[in-house]
Amino acid sequence: MNKILLVIQREYLVRVKKKSFLYTTIGVPLIIIIFYASIIAIGMSGGHEKNKIAVIDEANLLNNGMEKAKDDGAEYVFITGQSPDSLKVSYKGKGYDFFLYIPPFDVTQNTTHIQLYSQSPVALNQKNKIEKAIDNAIELRRLQSVNISREQYRSIKSDVSIENKIVNGREEKKSVAGVASGVAFVCGMLIYIIMLIYGTMVMRGVMEEKINRIAEVMVSSVKPFQLMMGKIIGIGAVGLTQFAIWIVLIVGLQFLLPIFIPSFDPASIPHAGQMPGGTPESVSMLATMRTGLHSVPWGLIIFCFIFYFIGGYMLYASLFAAIGSCVSEDQNEAQSMVFPVMMPIVLGFVIMTKAIAEPNSPLAIFGSIFPLTSPVVMMGRIMYNVPVSQLIISMLLLVLGFLFFAWLTAKIYRTGILMYGKKVSWKEMIRWAIRKS
Amino acid sequence: MNRLEVKHLKKYYTSQKAVDDISFTLAPGSIFGLLGPNGAGKTTLIRMITGILFPDAGEIIFNGQPFNPDRDIAYIGYMPEEKGLYKKMKIGDQAMYLAQLKGLSKATAMERVKHWFVKFEMESWWNRKVEDLSKGMQQKLQFVTTVLNDPKLIILDEPFSGLDPVNSNLIKDEIYQLAKNGSSIIFSTHRMEQVEEICDHIILVNKGQKILDGSVTAVKQQFKENIYAIGLEQNPSPINSPVFEVINNKPHQLLLKINEGYKPNDVLLYFLQQQAAIQSFHEILPSLSEIFIKLVEGTPLTRQFQTVTA
Repeated sequence: MNKILLVIQREYLVRVKKKSFLYTTIGVPLIIIIFYASIIAIGMSGGHEKNKIAVIDEANLLNNGMEKAKDDGAEYVFITGQSPDSLKVSYKGKGYDFFLYIPPFDVTQNTTHIQLYSQSPVALNQKNKIEKAIDNAIELRRLQSVNISREQYRSIKSDVSIENKIVNGREEKKSVAGVASGVAFVCGMLIYIIMLIYGTMVMRGVMEEKINRIAEVMVSSVKPFQLMMGKIIGIGAVGLTQFAIWIVLIVGLQFLLPIFIPSFDPASIPHAGQMPGGTPESVSMLATMRTGLHSVPWGLIIFCFIFYFIGGYMLYASLFAAIGSCVSEDQNEAQSMVFPVMMPIVLGFVIMTKAIAEPNSPLAIFGSIFPLTSPVVMMGRIMYNVPVSQLIISMLLLVLGFLFFAWLTAKIYRTGILMYGKKVSWKEMIRWAIRKS
Repeated sequence: MNRLEVKHLKKYYTSQKAVDDISFTLAPGSIFGLLGPNGAGKTTLIRMITGILFPDAGEIIFNGQPFNPDRDIAYIGYMPEEKGLYKKMKIGDQAMYLAQLKGLSKATAMERVKHWFVKFEMESWWNRKVEDLSKGMQQKLQFVTTVLNDPKLIILDEPFSGLDPVNSNLIKDEIYQLAKNGSSIIFSTHRMEQVEEICDHIILVNKGQKILDGSVTAVKQQFKENIYAIGLEQNPSPINSPVFEVINNKPHQLLLKINEGYKPNDVLLYFLQQQAAIQSFHEILPSLSEIFIKLVEGTPLTRQFQTVTA
């Protein structure tokens, strides 16, 4: 037992002390933050474009005044006494970016004759804004023609949004399907990535020992099983450390961010009407997200995440270790050998994306119980009140699955790490696995 | 009490009998040469003695008790032919790690590692990485990690490959010293002149079987061919005697093979009768290399695969 601890300690320290560990641990969240910051920045910078648009309104639709959308920065100049045909060729020279031509038409009918002239395609955003303004004007005309005031119309118009309330006996919570599936997807995705990244890390570690002939020195002091488990646990601990650091960083940033960017303060979101570019829709969306996030059963998710992280990682790491012990020096060989191990992980990911849409379909239930796919799939289902019995069966099977594969792969590993020079065939691996000690 | 007794050890793989009924004993303090052509089964034999592989049949007795890898591994040091160290690990850490895996406490490990590093003038290596070392330096480090735990049985597979004469001698002296302190050493190599120089006992393994076992002098006696060298002031001519055949005729030096039924004295008598002035006379014993080739010759260079019916 003491020896396993020594192996774990070495595997852990060697990786944590590496500079690349520091880079990835600090770098990954930094990249994510920069990514989101730039998305937000791009989103906020919309509407700053100031176009000058010449308008000939032969239908007298707009009464020489454009009812602009709030974030429409364009300047509309109404031109009279000039034919559209001459302006069509000269608007650019007169300092206009576009030329909007509204020919006379019957406001009770929809028209397709309104034209917007430009040198290059007009930004979709700008086009939408112009369309909206004209729609408003036409609507107003139509309302007037049946003697309805705009205020009356607004009071008639309905804008319903249905709230999905979940009653599970304990607490009545608001659920927001979008947020739930988002969190589920992120969790499943994380487990998927973890199993791939740390699994291949185990495989490379085993290959290093085999190729550098360290294995032979090592197994004359420790049992191959201790060496394998030490490596798996050590690398798993590296993963957990990395996650712990990320969580600390994220929580820390949540406190730090409002200091640097005041508009990030979550408390200001409900009355963020004054926010630049904060349309009522986006404000309500943020509010929904907040309530949605509050409705997420965080305790359960974190528990399951840690459980399935450890379980799934351990199971796949032992498979990756067996593969690593069987490849010879050739790196390309590892690629082809590793494929059958990657398959169920990828399959789990596919089932997980389905499970988010239909969390109680037979495929989702099977995927979340079968140990090779359960870590990924169960994380996709966990938001949708999985029956406790299924959760227990799934966890139990994962533990049993790990023990089974560890036992099986240890036998392959023990033989594989001391075989030099030749590639081990699947047939041989199976023979090593099933023969008695 | 023997340090190690190996009794009828067998290990069969699907395609060949790697070790087929090998027995030998190893006394404390003896340096034991394990010889054999490539693929003879030496590595498999060593792996069974170091507890890496389980024998299919047979028995290993270590220090008078049946070999128990879990317990006895702490008293065995094994330096495999393929030297392996963690390339990215600091040398000091690596030595400490391997010492602790052998069951030494951290304090003892530190003390031993320091002792050996000073002895081999490796103190300045502590914070360097293995990948910075030359092959010979790695070899030295590997030797140190093998003997750190003061093992009772040391198995060295080609310990001198890649070492310059100075470092070879350094390690050779350590081997003698360890043997003098009671450790038994199994020394596996293809370099016969080293075996002749270092070992006091050898076994020769071929095709998984032991074909020779004995002390170096006894083996040489066993395979001697009654060849003598005689130094003369002037070679008599013609030389014609029923006592011997001349194998090689050089000025002042003759190589003779004494015929059956005659003694060295008969040779001397003949030359004395010839009035030749004898300067020297001594027996030429076969070198281990010659014995090796003689015994192994005729068998295919590499082992052929065979079907095993165990």
